[in-house]
Order: sequence, then C-alpha cells, then structure tokens
Amino acid sequence: MSSSGLRRLKGRLAYGLGLLCVLVAIVPLASILFEVVKNGISAIGIEFLTSPPGVFDKPGGGIATAIQGTLILVGLTCLIGIPIGLLSGVFLAEFGNNRFGRTIRFLNDVLTEFPSIVIGILAYSILVVSIGSYSAIAGAVALSIIMLPIVTRTTEESIKIVPSSIRDAAMALGIRRWRATLSVVLTTARSGVITGILLSVSRIAGETAPLLLTVLGTQFFFSGLNQPLDALPLRIYRNASLPYTFARQQGWGAALVLIILVLGLNVGVRLATRGRYSTGRSRM
Amino acid sequence: MEKFKVWTEKLNAWFGENHALRDVSINVKENDVTAIIGPSGCGKSTFIRCLNRMHELVPGARSTGRVFLDASDIYAKSVDPVTIRRRVGMVFQKPNPFPTMSVYDNVAAGLKLNGLRNREKLDRAVKRSLELAFLWDEVKLDLDKPGTSLSGGQQQRLCIARALAVEPEVILMDEPCSALDPVATAKIEELIASLKTQYTVVIVTHNMQQAARVSDNTAFLYLGQLIEYGATTQLFENPKEELTERYITGKFG
Repeated sequence: MSSSGLRRLKGRLAYGLGLLCVLVAIVPLASILFEVVKNGISAIGIEFLTSPPGVFDKPGGGIATAIQGTLILVGLTCLIGIPIGLLSGVFLAEFGNNRFGRTIRFLNDVLTEFPSIVIGILAYSILVVSIGSYSAIAGAVALSIIMLPIVTRTTEESIKIVPSSIRDAAMALGIRRWRATLSVVLTTARSGVITGILLSVSRIAGETAPLLLTVLGTQFFFSGLNQPLDALPLRIYRNASLPYTFARQQGWGAALVLIILVLGLNVGVRLATRGRYSTGRSRM
Repeated sequence: MEKFKVWTEKLNAWFGENHALRDVSINVKENDVTAIIGPSGCGKSTFIRCLNRMHELVPGARSTGRVFLDASDIYAKSVDPVTIRRRVGMVFQKPNPFPTMSVYDNVAAGLKLNGLRNREKLDRAVKRSLELAFLWDEVKLDLDKPGTSLSGGQQQRLCIARALAVEPEVILMDEPCSALDPVATAKIEELIASLKTQYTVVIVTHNMQQAARVSDNTAFLYLGQLIEYGATTQLFENPKEELTERYITGKFG
C-alpha cells in the first residue's frame, strides 16, 4: 500500500476507534436513563407528586415532601454557596498570583475531592449536636461545603479565560478596578461561571450521604430550619431497601423525578440566560 | 506660541529587568497629531502606555521620570491614575469592543460604569461620540445589536467612539489600523484628521506612509531611545540623523 493510502487507513481506524469509545461512554448514561424511565414512569401520578408518604407497608402516598425538601435544600445551599464561591473565584483570579493564592487554590482543590460523608459528619458534629436535632440548615451547610470549591474553581478559570484586551479596554476608559472586574470581566465570563454553578447544583441535588447525617428525612413537610427535612435522594435510598414492590416502584419514581428536576434546572437556566451576546460570537 | 499638551522628561520604563525606554523626552503639541514610529520592539507602545499610566498595570513593570499633562506631573504621589485615564483615552491595535454589550452599551460603558445614569444624557453622549467617530449613520438603527456583530473597521470606530464618550483631552492610538483593510484604514485616517481640532492625538504606527499622511509631528524611536523628533515634513524629507534616514528609506526595520 502506498504511504498516503496507509495514512488514510490509519486516519479511518483512529476515527472508528474514537467513535467506538464515544458510544461506549454513552452506553451507561443511556442505560441508566432507560432503566429509570422504564421503571419509574408507572409510579408517576397526581397522588404520587402531591401527597406525603403513606404507611411504608401499604401502597399509596407520594413524594411531595421529598420534592419540597430537595427544592428547599438546593435553594438554601445556593444562597450560601454561590455568593461565597463567586467572590472567592473573583478574588483568586484578580489577586491570587502569589503564594497565598496558590495555597488557597490548593486547599480549594483538596476540598473538591473530600468524601461527602466526611463533610456530613462534620456538619453533624457541629450543627446537629449543637442545635439538638437533625435540621434543614445542617443539610444546607453540608451541601454548601460541597458546592463552594466547585463554584470557586470554575469562576476563577472562567475569569482567567477572558482576554486581557477586554480588561485593558475597561481600564483605559478610567473605570475603577473593582468595577471593571465585576461589570466587564465577570459578565464576559458569565457563561462559564453559570456552567460551573449548574454543575455544582446538579451534584448537590443528588448527594445522599451527608443528608443521612444532617436532615435525616421525614414524612412531614418543611417545618422549620432547625427541623428534619425530607429529600429525594433519601426517599430513593429508603424505598429501594424495602421489600415491597410498590415501595421500590416509588423509589424509581422518585429517581425519575430527581433526574427531571436536574435536567429541567439545567435547560431552564440555559434558556433564561441565553444572550445574544456571548463571548466568541463575532463576524469579523 | 503653540501650547504643549503632554510632555515627558527623561522617561524610563522597565519590564522587570528589560530596560524598554531610555531617557525619552518628547513634547506633544496641543491639537496636533503626533506620530511615534520605529521598528518592532523599539518601545513605541510602551511609551504611549506610560502616557495614560497603563504601563504600570503590567506585573513587574515600572517607570521613572516625569510625564506632564497640562503642566502637572501625572506620576505625582497625590495623583489617582484613574482620573488620568479619563483624561487620556486609548484605542488599541486589535478592536476590542466588550463582547457582552450592545453597540449602545459599549459606547456608554465608560460613562455608565462611572455612575452616569440619566438616560437622556447617555443617549446624547452616545450619539455625539458615534458621530465624531464617523459611525452614527451606519449603526443608528442597530444600536441594540451586539458590539461584536460589526465589521472590523466598524468595531475599531466603535472603540474610538467608546473612548470619546468619556470626553478625554488626549487620544492615544496604538497602531489602530494594523488589523484593518485599506478602505477601513482610510476612513480612520479621515477620522483622525477631524479629531485633532478638539483633541490631541498621539498615534503609534509602523506604517511610515501613514505617519506621513496623518501626522503633524513625528518622533522616531529606536531601541528605547528617541533618535529624532520634529515636524513630519521635515523629518521625512530632511532627516537630521543618519539612523532616521536609514529607517525611513527602508534600509532596516
């Protein structure tokens, strides 16, 4: 075979191999989605979505408490985690070019790798013990510790990608440094920052281990920040381990609702913040 | 007696250990166009970045010497660099409109981000600046389009309008046409000629024909030093220094 023929063959083989790997990577995702939809769709219904759990050994009841709980937890966690993460990321990007910054960055990266059960234990020993009961706030704090380093890192990286010409232009206009950073650089980095936030929200919406130690789970609707709270991952966990078919079916249903919630959140935020003005869209 | 708007006294600048400007002293006349020419790396951009205190924003950069704007040293201890940058505007080599903002917001950015909120005043300022930049007629119906949806030449004029909106006294231009085609370049040169009635313009260019076309005075820099400075016609037709003569006849650089 000629050398150019050989090269073409190699090219095709590489393409084929790459395609195969992509398909292999997609298979687990596809099969999970398929299983969840197949098993969970039959549990979905009005009663399922709007009523609290019934008795565990009889059919009936629903996951309304869990849906409410997950939404409240995600909301509280974002309230704590997003502002702190954003400002930390901005700080590191602007002023982190020194030993102090490198240390913080390193510790931040270590925190992203922390086992979530350990964070759960931490929140338990500090908040649950001192408040005296499992509580929503303990869960929110634990989840925000998981969320924080992810938002910090992605915010910093997104800001660093903004070309220095943009920052130069803002400074040359006589805009104060902090104003230039927030109003020009951060808005330019907007889409990367939002992606980071969405990723971390998707992550915490499904975290189970820390919730076992902080909010405990309950059959009742939200009754106060210092009271236990229900959540979808907890419902899934509890129902999956029961010997009754209808209970397990409810577990699948809860899993389906959780996935739809997370997907819906992603799509919704993307649509809402889709601007005509994102970086890299010019027709020069 | 013509007035000097900006003048430097023994200006030196470093990037870390690299001594980029050596004892440069230039007087820039008010309402004139002054061109800075020289081969790549001679310190032209560094020089103008010292005139609006942008040089010091680079990590490891420093400068010594004095730079006067209307008889006061802009490097004096009590001076806030941000106020200098409002009086001395800058246009960069590659057009850099803010990508997340519309044409209107780009021009208004310098005013809005410094606290001006009055919609009418902003509207007037945007219109005035776009007219001065010869861009109003082309964009007046498209003020809400993204700044980056314009062509290259239009984007550069947008950046000029943005710089003009904050009403500077001096406009620095760092090779503003080098990324543009000849038609866009001609438009900008026309624009520069009209700007000098109200502003003082300092333009860095590696294109000698451009310097000869647009400027009243020209400074030739080489390896960080000022070799010659004088009226453009005199410098190009009758250079005093041999180095100048060799550069403008294309023998090097």
